[in-house]
Amino acid sequence: MENKLFRLPLSLRITTWTIISIWVVIATFPLLWLLVMSFKLPLDAFDANPFVVIFGPNTNNLAGGISILTVLLALAAGYILLTAFANREAILERFSSTSEGTSPWVVVGVYLGFVVVGALTFMFVIPLLSQLFKTILGGIPLIKWLVQPVMGLTTQHYQEVWFNNGFYKQFLNTMFVTVGVVSISLTIGTLAAYGLARTRTPWAFWILIAALIFRALPQSTLVTGYLPSFIEWGLYGKRFAVIVVLVAINQPFTIWMLRSFFMNIPAALDEAALVDGCNRLQAFWNVIMPIMWPGVITTGLFSFLLAYNDYLVAALLLDGETRTMVPAIISYFNRETTLTDQLEAIAAAASITFPLFLLVLFFQKQIVSGLTQGAVKG
Amino acid sequence: MKTKPFLMFVMPSLIMMIIFIAGPLLLVIVQSFQLTQNVFERVEQENCTPFGCTTEVKTIPVLDENGRAISETKWVGLANYRSLLDFGNVRKAFSAGGRGLDDVTDIAFWGALRFTLMFTLLTLPLVIGVGLLLAFTINAIAQNLRGPIIFVTLLPFIITPIIGALSIRWLFIGDGILTAQLERFTGQNISLFAQGWTIELLMYFYRVWHVAPFAFVIFYAALQTVQSAQIEAARIDGASRWDIIRSVIIPHLMPLIVFVSLIHLMDTYRVFDEIIGFRAEAFRTSLQWLTFDFLTPDDTGNRSIGRASASAILIMVGIVALLIAPLRNTWKEHNQR
Repeated sequence: MENKLFRLPLSLRITTWTIISIWVVIATFPLLWLLVMSFKLPLDAFDANPFVVIFGPNTNNLAGGISILTVLLALAAGYILLTAFANREAILERFSSTSEGTSPWVVVGVYLGFVVVGALTFMFVIPLLSQLFKTILGGIPLIKWLVQPVMGLTTQHYQEVWFNNGFYKQFLNTMFVTVGVVSISLTIGTLAAYGLARTRTPWAFWILIAALIFRALPQSTLVTGYLPSFIEWGLYGKRFAVIVVLVAINQPFTIWMLRSFFMNIPAALDEAALVDGCNRLQAFWNVIMPIMWPGVITTGLFSFLLAYNDYLVAALLLDGETRTMVPAIISYFNRETTLTDQLEAIAAAASITFPLFLLVLFFQKQIVSGLTQGAVKG
Repeated sequence: MKTKPFLMFVMPSLIMMIIFIAGPLLLVIVQSFQLTQNVFERVEQENCTPFGCTTEVKTIPVLDENGRAISETKWVGLANYRSLLDFGNVRKAFSAGGRGLDDVTDIAFWGALRFTLMFTLLTLPLVIGVGLLLAFTINAIAQNLRGPIIFVTLLPFIITPIIGALSIRWLFIGDGILTAQLERFTGQNISLFAQGWTIELLMYFYRVWHVAPFAFVIFYAALQTVQSAQIEAARIDGASRWDIIRSVIIPHLMPLIVFVSLIHLMDTYRVFDEIIGFRAEAFRTSLQWLTFDFLTPDDTGNRSIGRASASAILIMVGIVALLIAPLRNTWKEHNQR
């Protein structure tokens, strides 16, 4: 649709922007507020006045804060990083050899590079720089106010959660489960989806219909089936049991989505490979898979989300040491007796959200294409 | 592809689905007719005090050699279903002196059913409406601004559902920041988590907030494929902007509106995370939460597997009812090919 055809009159343009602004506020406010609260002492975080929560005067007095210069530094660093990220194509091109195009490993490397540089900048470089400026400029009368702390900010809830409460254990459990789920469901899902996309047997239709029905089942139904046997066989509380269950729950969705990606690749390609003397598996691996990576990555993202966001299965099948992050948070706030406990739950929640934030930042295009792929072809 | 290589490719996934989806389903059906209980025995115990001896009869669980309680499984027919559906109290509710539907929804299962159905049906038009509105508005702004706005829009969709629900709850709980502003505005004391209907409203809000971005992405992608020639033709014929939306664009989007509705019905019927995130279980529960609750060990460490199975089966009956129409359509299309 061209813009010329839809050039809007002023009144409609104002309406459009009003709707979009309201939506942007609604979409981000709960998450931003979560983030702001997680850096404040209880005294500020639960104040009724929003400005007190944002600027945290008590936090500033009791636990320290950041100066205007630090805020400016952080904004500048954020701007530079985001601009560099927006132009990542140029960086990717420099790292990849000219003939073969960009390999997935280079992409992963560059994205990881961004994460590392970003983390170093915000956790070490900026605090160090602002400390430095503070000692240099702190004595000069006219610009002293630039480096004096004005906005309360404390990371003590994060430290408490991650180190003293051992949240890193739950983080590792979640990573173990998600990596397991993603790799296993992609491996068996890709094989099955390829078979389903390239066959004419009537079986395929029935398998896909069964998968569709399975997709509609509530997870609790399946867990009801597992639980008695898992307890009997001593699988209760084992992380790989959860991996297997989540892979199974995820399988119908995975094969539907991957199949629609395979359908987009012309079958003539495999036939050419077969004529050239490949067998099916070689054609699949050497000819089709190299152009299938975008589809695999997209499906992998959704498998990751399912495993990462799962509460029900992990809450019913894991306990104590093996628990993953989401159930752990719920237990935090079941014992939220003091305001500090609540803030620790909030800091834990913000910690869980951060990787998802990066995920959308890095893979926005793939997420959108994955969602529409299922809709258009499914 | 011939059948044999096809089976080789499909086998791992198929085995996985048979063992871990179809298998448990059959087990659940069997379990729903069974009752597993700890075995108890009656023991006479003599308590002697300086003032004489009394004997009392105690029931204690029988332990095996490892000290675990021995349990036994009995066939109980429809007893699990009967205790869930609780027709006795339903009848009482409608007889003289009963309060009718109010009493029925006090029974756990019927209350959960009421909430699940209302939740599913009321959020559906809201999700479609907000999704369309976002798709139309974002499609109307300059190309280079769309990326960042789509990024922001995806956040509520991608976030862990329980964390999303918590983040909204924290705005309103107690004297949360928005409750405080509301109180200042109205001059009244407001507590949104003290009664069921306010929690229910917040849950509706959360669900629309969480799913509308999905509807938006689907509709937005479809808007990109509208033929501009078609719009131009309509415009030359004198159609107004509104006419074009109604008779060119909406028909173009219709299959996708049906698709989003179906996915939404399937997903919302399983509503569960909201109940946990908003801690609504004292006021509102959903069908899937009911199963979850039966599976969670109670104070004595027992799980009511039988009743969990029965409620799981009842949920599935609902899913099948929901899916019959679309599946029949697929079947017809398949036969036409």
